[in-house]
Amino acid sequence: MIELRNLSKSFRTADGPVDALRQVNLTINNGDIYGIIGMSGAGKSTLVRCINMLERPTEGQVILDGVDIGALSRKELREVRHRVTMIFQGFNLLMQRTCLKNIMLPLKLSGVPTAEAEKRAKELLETVGLPDKANAYPAQLSGGQQQRIAIARALATNPEVLLCDEATSALDPKTTHAILSLLREINKKLGITIIIITHQMSVVQEVCNRVAILENGAVVEEGEVSAIFSHPKARATRNLIYPEMADSAALTVDMNNSQMVRIIFNGASTARKPLIATMVNEVGVAPSIISASTRAVGEKVYGYMLLEVPGGPDDLAKVIKYLNEEPELSVSVESSYTKQRKEAE
Amino acid sequence: MNFASGFTPERLAEAWQMLINDFPGALWETLYVTVLATVFAMVIGLPLGMILVAGEKDGIRPLPAPLMKFLNVMINLLRSVPFLIMIVMVIPLTRAIVGTSVGTMASVVPLVVAAFPFVARLVETSLREVNPNLIETAQSMGATPMQILLKVMLPEAVPSLINNFTLAITTIMGYTAMSGAIGGGGIGKIAITIGYQRYRYAVLYLAVIVLVILTQIFQSAGTWAAIKSDKRLKK
Repeated sequence: MIELRNLSKSFRTADGPVDALRQVNLTINNGDIYGIIGMSGAGKSTLVRCINMLERPTEGQVILDGVDIGALSRKELREVRHRVTMIFQGFNLLMQRTCLKNIMLPLKLSGVPTAEAEKRAKELLETVGLPDKANAYPAQLSGGQQQRIAIARALATNPEVLLCDEATSALDPKTTHAILSLLREINKKLGITIIIITHQMSVVQEVCNRVAILENGAVVEEGEVSAIFSHPKARATRNLIYPEMADSAALTVDMNNSQMVRIIFNGASTARKPLIATMVNEVGVAPSIISASTRAVGEKVYGYMLLEVPGGPDDLAKVIKYLNEEPELSVSVESSYTKQRKEAE
Repeated sequence: MNFASGFTPERLAEAWQMLINDFPGALWETLYVTVLATVFAMVIGLPLGMILVAGEKDGIRPLPAPLMKFLNVMINLLRSVPFLIMIVMVIPLTRAIVGTSVGTMASVVPLVVAAFPFVARLVETSLREVNPNLIETAQSMGATPMQILLKVMLPEAVPSLINNFTLAITTIMGYTAMSGAIGGGGIGKIAITIGYQRYRYAVLYLAVIVLVILTQIFQSAGTWAAIKSDKRLKK
């Protein structure tokens, strides 16, 4: 278990001190895949570097299984770094060494004999699905393959915790998905706690079970991913989850001359019937989808959908009545002829 | 004596004889003085360059600031002394080490003294080129400062180090020509004592041509080795 207690970090710059972290308190349980998300400059990288003391916090403590690792000697800290390993956005492989030698490096650093290190490295190449790349150099691999080698290297010392600093940010969506699947597999099979730093909500949504949202160095929201997605409280969280929602007012549709309905999905089951298609059949009104942003988190759907309902107020009423009978939805009327008429009076 | 008289048929024949009789021995002297001086310069310059990078304020193993200041000033001082003056200044040191201040072996000492600060700066440059993210990565693995230097920074800097050592060896070879002035042997000595002082211009030019060819060979070999060693280029 990792506990961050009142963690603060300020940097001295030419323009005076900058607070990168402000009083961060988090608890990360064993076996979690814990997401820490924020816009760039929110302090995510500083936070993850404080967890293994690559950055010394100005205040506060990092407690790993009851031990304050900020108070350890250099030698003890090096031991901790075999248990808490790290992967990076830029992969950071040694370019002049083969993949096998790269994976062997942390083992050699801790004095494991070459033959044993080599055996372990070969096993890890299997784990990450690149058994034929032992003698290849990193420059010969794609970004996704390089990150797999970096993951193998990070697993070499049998760590308890894996820190991922924007590990998928340099990868395309398909490769990102593959790397995240590998991380989930590692988490399940080896029981390694994984902490993922990212600016991509899609990453959190895909693999994390808990998430903390960081803004200006402070945690503004924290909890189960499904809970955060269904009821984002902080403005920063909403911006991260539904960046499209913020500017839906800028839609090209003439809001004044149409009937608009907004549906909010609060964790409706993805396994149920197709909502809009069924409604068209049962109600006999065929709305246009003006804008939508929905996300599947596990088996549930979160997000919103903006519908334009054709016809008159009767049709609108029918649509709303139908939608209100659906579970896990909330419906609101954005604009309608009736509303306009009332306003005109 | 005018310049053209250095190239009469007799003078050319004389130069040809020297090329056959005297140049092979001189070439050998130039080579071994160059290589010997380069090796000693590296033995001192390589660790010194590593200290310069590792020991600075934000380095991987900061050393006391006064010590770093001293090293930097010393290197700059040694590098600002012209080589001909250096030869004279280190005569006491040369005597102490070699036993005499004249001759081929004696010329190695001022060469090393002049070259090691240069090599240290070259090593410093090469090590600074190593991606700082790799150093952070090594720290995240629990590497000691010494392990970071020896297992990460030096291996990653190999292509750049080879390029810089090539620069060092060609520069040192240039210096050996000057050491002909104090009785150091080699091609440079022939150029100065026979070609220049006795007006045998044909010999002088031959000596220069041989030095140019040597430099070309060292440079090409060095560049080839640097490219060959660089695994970033293997596609």
